[in-house]
Amino acid sequence: MHDITVVDLSRWQFATTALYHFLFVPLTLGLSFLLAAMETVYVTTGKQIYRDMAQFWGKLFLINFALGVATGLTMEFEFGTNWSFYSSFVGDIFGAPLAIEGLMAFFLEATFIGMMVFGWERLKRGQHLAVTYMVALGSNLSALWILVANSFMQTPEGASFNPVTMRMELGSLSQLIFSHDAQAKFVHTSIAGYVTGAIFVAGVSAWYLLRNRHVELARRSFRMAVLFGVLSTAGVITLGDALGFVGGQAQPTKLAAMEGLWKSESAPMPFNLVAFPSQKDQANHGQVQVPYALSLLVTHSMDGTVPGFDKLEQQAVERIRGGIPAVEALQTLSSKPGDVDALAQFRAHEKDLGFGFLVQRYSQDVSKATDAEISTAARDTIPQVAPIFWSFRVMVAMGLAMLAFFVLAVIFSLRNDVVRHRWFLKIAVWMIPVPFLACEMGWLVAELGRQPWTVYELLPTWMSASTHSVGYMIFSLVGFVGLYTVFIIAEMYLMLRAIRTGPERPDDGDRDSDSLLNDSVNGGRLAGAEG
Amino acid sequence: MEIYGVFQVIWWLLLGVLLVGLAVMVGMDMGVGTILRYVGRTDLERRVALNIIGPHWEGNQVWFVLGGGAVFAAFPLIYATAFSGFYVVMLLLLWSMILRPLGFEYRSKLPSAGWRSMWDWALFVSGLLPMVVFGAAFGNLFKGVPFHFSWNLTSTYTGSFLFLLNPFAILCGLLSLSLSAFMGSVTVMNGAEGAIYERGRTMARVSSALAIVLFAVGGFWVHGMQGYVLTSGPGAGVPQTPMQQVVTLTDGAWFANFHAHGLLWLLPALGFAGMLLGLLAAGARRSHLAWWLGALAWLGVIGTAGVALFPFLLPSSSVPAQSLTVWNSSSSQLTLTWMVGFAVVFVPLILWYTSWAFYVMRGKVSAEHVAADEHSY
Ligand code: HDD
Ligand code: HEM
Ligand code: HEM
Repeated sequence: MHDITVVDLSRWQFATTALYHFLFVPLTLGLSFLLAAMETVYVTTGKQIYRDMAQFWGKLFLINFALGVATGLTMEFEFGTNWSFYSSFVGDIFGAPLAIEGLMAFFLEATFIGMMVFGWERLKRGQHLAVTYMVALGSNLSALWILVANSFMQTPEGASFNPVTMRMELGSLSQLIFSHDAQAKFVHTSIAGYVTGAIFVAGVSAWYLLRNRHVELARRSFRMAVLFGVLSTAGVITLGDALGFVGGQAQPTKLAAMEGLWKSESAPMPFNLVAFPSQKDQANHGQVQVPYALSLLVTHSMDGTVPGFDKLEQQAVERIRGGIPAVEALQTLSSKPGDVDALAQFRAHEKDLGFGFLVQRYSQDVSKATDAEISTAARDTIPQVAPIFWSFRVMVAMGLAMLAFFVLAVIFSLRNDVVRHRWFLKIAVWMIPVPFLACEMGWLVAELGRQPWTVYELLPTWMSASTHSVGYMIFSLVGFVGLYTVFIIAEMYLMLRAIRTGPERPDDGDRDSDSLLNDSVNGGRLAGAEG
Repeated sequence: MEIYGVFQVIWWLLLGVLLVGLAVMVGMDMGVGTILRYVGRTDLERRVALNIIGPHWEGNQVWFVLGGGAVFAAFPLIYATAFSGFYVVMLLLLWSMILRPLGFEYRSKLPSAGWRSMWDWALFVSGLLPMVVFGAAFGNLFKGVPFHFSWNLTSTYTGSFLFLLNPFAILCGLLSLSLSAFMGSVTVMNGAEGAIYERGRTMARVSSALAIVLFAVGGFWVHGMQGYVLTSGPGAGVPQTPMQQVVTLTDGAWFANFHAHGLLWLLPALGFAGMLLGLLAAGARRSHLAWWLGALAWLGVIGTAGVALFPFLLPSSSVPAQSLTVWNSSSSQLTLTWMVGFAVVFVPLILWYTSWAFYVMRGKVSAEHVAADEHSY
């Protein structure tokens, strides 16, 4: 039996480490393409300034990349260490994209990044350019595969339960890869990375322009970034809409949470622009509505409707009752494999299996589940509405704000007078954190909206966690938070320092003095061990 | 045998390939980290050592990542049971490993001696600890690990953290550490000159001698140990759970596969030969040859362990009947087949561009160059 405190602590740990990983990921995704673009201009025109640009932004890229890799290592093993039941239950399906990601993407990205950094002198121009493209390709392929994996958790397709092995098994790899959710998610998320890269380059360049430093490099970087940015932002918004559309059909509870939809309404449904959802009252307070808008947004028609929580909770009750016999049948099958009656009973109720697990949290012996326990379990299918509702709105608002920013920036950039609009350059600097926040908000919507499931309507979160003690979980959570805090301080310090230093070569005086210093401090420490 | 059984065996072999890849490629970088403070006395010397592996550590590390991913895809029950069971050890492994990317990238970014010295220590810990854990994990497989399953295959580990640090496991950890130090030393020899080279040579000779002794002691130890025997069960190529088999414990059973198939003795022989010839080659300043011999030694050692345990992957000491084997912990036939397909296409591709990267960066790393090049670590 799982200790719910352990489950909660595991969730906190996963959320902390994943959100932290995703602070570095978007910049890697976006900046790698911008680096490739800059270098392409260098190779085709031969202008030295573009080589300087590629090298300078490359330096910042690496500072970020190191933490992306370090925190990614944690993620690769965290499913096993902390979600062991999850891992054995769906590993037959979920492990595949993770392994393919390693084979196809990480090796490419990581091998060529070494060449990118160390190969400037050893490779021909064209070769080095190809290497840079391989890095960009590798990081984007890695996003593809991990999002295929994630989208299986959101909309489990291409798999079925095998009562002989007591786990989910792959039915069709192509269905897994080409699910609509995976496609929409991949494009939305990787383009969100491009937006992040564009804002970062534009913001840092604006900072130089404000200070009148490295003007030539900053002006060109700025222009390139905003062109890339305006396209990407338009893309992220279009695809975000598609994601809402696909996700809304596949995950009605997430959609209802995003829209604060407690009661089902008839078409055309109004959109809650502002509201204060209360989980306790199962209602919104202080809502500001836009008539008709919701039907248009989520069904792309005036007469479409989507169910609210009142209906969804009713359906959950029915499905829990349907799932109980499925779980009972499995219990029989585990002690008597091949029992024909149990197998027939399981097949008849298979589609509601996950809902049977849901009530098992309250009643280990599901056959004894009371009505009260069933309705508590059904209530559980409503995720935490307020944080989802607000995260979603903040993400969208930030997306729209960034679009407005980029449109203006492109106009100024084309008129070649952006340096005269100091207010705008200041805004550009302040925009730097915005895409990072938008990305984090996006993940909160996606992952909180999936609750109480790790695999939507199939595997409840409470069952998925490893059976650790509370002590272990506190130990690991504290360890991660402590380490990661130190890391981010080091990273921010180096990043800001590298930005302040700017694109010049570091002066050599610096180098000489520090090697002297080190000689006197470290030299001779191991003397005597030689020989 | 069913075709499914064939794929299970192929994946068992591929797992071996991955573990050897991990041990050789990640192990050499970690070895450089472990011996960094010994081979490099001054900051510049240390930077030379770091820049020898500078262009490659990142790509090499993916062997470790892929190791995780491949176990997940091919043996999900192992991924789930082992990594949650070894929780605290896994954390120590991860926490030390994640210091490495920062150690490489951040160390030489500031002039401060204290800063650099801190990251040198970080690289030392992140080289030493993971290799000890890697070996110790293998050691524990021979002893069995206390875990069991409930009816729906939720695994529970019932041992303590300290249980995993038993003397035999520590011996295996030290063996793995010395092999990695050997690979690190010859890698330094490959890329350095002068004093750094000489210290690398000394370290290579010490570590390979140590490895020979530890491997021999380990062999005797296992000989006296109780091994696991799969006496009955659904067998290869049959979909099953780990609840349907009978397992007994017998003295010396870990040698049964060798007794049954004499040719398998070539594996431990390869291990010893690799270490011994590696020692001689390092002494004779043939460092490239020594590197390849070290890689063969790893193949021999990991092959020996894998074959001794076969078909077991993770024996349970508390409920031996629920031990995990190649037959009861693998993925379905469809997944295994797909994954073999991906491996067949991508592993050669990876080996090809990795070799190209090493080829481009071949040659010695000179102190002048490191000091002058702004891209170097
Ligand atoms: C949409 C993109 C995306 C998402 C959702 C994730 N990652 Fe990630 N990951 C990347 C995109 C990425 C990247 C862009 O490819 C990184 C980030 C920085 C980097 O160096 O590569 C990376 C690095 C990275 C690494 C280090 C690779 C190396 O050694 O080079 C690992 C092991 C993982 N990730 C694993 C994971 C896991 C298990 C995730 C799921 C929980 C995950 N990542 C979420
Ligand atoms: C890096 C981007 C990601 C972010 C920022 C993110 C965010 C989160 C958050 C906030 C939670 C906690 C939800 C909660 O329990 O309250 C969570 C849980 C989880 N996520 Fe994600 N996630 C990311 C990627 C992924 C991916 C790619 C996968 C799968 C491949 C994944 C699998 C999980 C799992 C297994 C849990 C734990 C179970 C749960 O609580 O739902 N996540 N994630
Ligand atoms: C302005 C319009 C936007 C819309 C309509 C939109 C829509 C969505 C939706 C519906 C989801 C939830 C996916 C799910 O069902 O699980 C999502 C997730 C996400 N969004 Fe957005 N989004 C917008 C803008 C942005 C921006 C500007 C960024 C970042 C720069 C961003 C980054 C993300 C990320 C990282 C996720 C989580 C990964 C995923 O589920 O794909 N979004 N978005």
